[in-house]
Amino acid sequence: MPRPFTPKVVTANALTEGWVIYLTEDDRWTRSLSEAELLTDEAHAELRLIEASARSAEAVGVYLAEMKPGPDGPEPVHFREDFRRAGPSPRAVPLMTEGS
Amino acid sequence: MYRYTDFDADFVAERNRQFRQQVARRLDGSLTEDEFKPLRLMNGLYLQLHAYMLRVAIPYGTLNARQMRRLAEIAERWDRGYGHFTTRQNIQFNWPRLRDVPDMLDALAEVGMHAVQTSGNTIRNVTADHLAGAAADEIADPRPVAELIRQWSTDHPEFQFLPRKFKIAITGSPNDRAVTRAHDIGLRLLERDGQTGYEVIVGGGMGRTPMLGQVIRDFLPEADLLPYLEAIVSVWNLLGRRDNKYKARIKITLHEHGIDALRTRVEDRFAELRPAFGGADRAILAALRRDFAPPALAQGRSTRVFETARAADPVFRAWCDSNLAPHRAADHAIVQVSLKAHGAVPGDASAAQMRALADLAERYGHDDLRISHEQNVVLPHVHKADLPQLHAALTAQGLGTANIGRISDIIACPGMDYCALATARSIPVAQEIATRFQALGLEDEIGPLKIKISGCINACGHHHVGHIGILGLDRGGVETYQITLGGDHSETAALGQRIGPGFAADEIVPAVERLVQAYLALRTEPAETFLACYRRLGPEPFKTALYGAGNEARPDAA
Repeated sequence: MPRPFTPKVVTANALTEGWVIYLTEDDRWTRSLSEAELLTDEAHAELRLIEASARSAEAVGVYLAEMKPGPDGPEPVHFREDFRRAGPSPRAVPLMTEGS
Repeated sequence: MYRYTDFDADFVAERNRQFRQQVARRLDGSLTEDEFKPLRLMNGLYLQLHAYMLRVAIPYGTLNARQMRRLAEIAERWDRGYGHFTTRQNIQFNWPRLRDVPDMLDALAEVGMHAVQTSGNTIRNVTADHLAGAAADEIADPRPVAELIRQWSTDHPEFQFLPRKFKIAITGSPNDRAVTRAHDIGLRLLERDGQTGYEVIVGGGMGRTPMLGQVIRDFLPEADLLPYLEAIVSVWNLLGRRDNKYKARIKITLHEHGIDALRTRVEDRFAELRPAFGGADRAILAALRRDFAPPALAQGRSTRVFETARAADPVFRAWCDSNLAPHRAADHAIVQVSLKAHGAVPGDASAAQMRALADLAERYGHDDLRISHEQNVVLPHVHKADLPQLHAALTAQGLGTANIGRISDIIACPGMDYCALATARSIPVAQEIATRFQALGLEDEIGPLKIKISGCINACGHHHVGHIGILGLDRGGVETYQITLGGDHSETAALGQRIGPGFAADEIVPAVERLVQAYLALRTEPAETFLACYRRLGPEPFKTALYGAGNEARPDAA
């Protein structure tokens, strides 16, 4: 029996800033994982990946990341995606007296 | 120090002009990422976990105040107000926008800096002893030769598409502070019968297959250095495996062919190349020596204020004891400025700190700054009479931490907080170890101890040569930390041995604490260091400290 499909989102880094972005249902790129389209059907996920990968002037390194449904939208399965969503651990960012 | 010639300035400006156009073509959609990626990597621009990252070379770790100020300016204007100094004497900016990078590179070029060959399968930034030109134990300053190697290797047409990256380190001192045995080529300056030459070590490296380099030439006369280096890289360029990136480094070539076969090929190639060099390299080296002439140190100035302050102020004395290294002039000191304040990110400096360091280098340190592979900053030439004021000024900037070589002076790679390759975080582990041992108040009692942390098998955090090495891995979707013991990065280099199953993120700091407590209980006297104690007793008592007397009771979590 084939393994059940784990839900996914389409994610990438934005070309201009390099920031983590996710694909929404209405074909926008968002920085907020909660707005991402959760893909529960494997064939649909593959299609969305192909569509997103074609947008090479907007996004770099497009791939499908495993997620689970949560009350506020998709939630990461793996800690790497959790760090991608959240940015560096608060303690890993130096306390700045200047800059932002 | 070396100043760019018109040739250097034109080369870097032209490269920057090309890259500006490449960025524009990427942004307007005429280049795909596949086309653009090798171009950006040639110029030090990575795409990491959360953003682009620009890696700027600090050749052999040497900077002047003007350059340091420019790094501060770049951090403020185009990044988030800080930079990260790395284990290869580079600086990384973690948050540049793609469209700003050409301006950043132009700003660097104005002060004689670049990001060329800080990535890709090329000869990377040449690293050197961070105490070069100042250390009391030095035979000669290795930096003129390091600069010669930089010039030879930059845009070398034969070496732009190597099987893999290639790293060269050089030391002018018998006490190896440049980790020469863990580089593709390590050079140790020697004097024999009044002649200067090099012990040439080849095939060292860390990563997933750590190996210590082997001596391919025990004494290479200095005049033969460039043709011999070219022969090594040339032989490996043909022989090195391109079928498997994990087997492409010269350490694997050495392992597969053996040192004798490699030496024969290198010597044959060297015999072909040597006549082609014709002495131009030696003429350039002679000129470079003048660029690195030692500074005019103050003569006959009293050091009494230093001795008075040292006797009166225990905080100053503690800092002197841990952060100063012997200068070749007895009335001077080498000041090592810790970028490891307890709980701070190892190797990070804010723009304000960079500016303060630049000012202090001008005021007290002959306009000379160094970045060490241990992610600290060095002021190599400070008169002892200036130390009390320097210490006060550093302390005011959060740079007065007295912990060089201590348990909280931890090398840590960026790990999964920044790096796209990482399998676990490094920085928070380093922060927690540092704050924990500060709270315990044990640092001085523990004495010299090197903890080195990598967030993946590529070993940027040098964990293989840490007295205590920590490797962060992903085991079944959980951050897991493996401990190695007994590594040594110095002239008595050794690779650490994996000691047993790994620890979860919330177990690793207590595990390190158990190791250190075991050491304190086991050492014969305070002068016996952790490494000496481990070498005397072997892994067993430390294994027991980590896993209990039963030892293998735990399932192998890693």
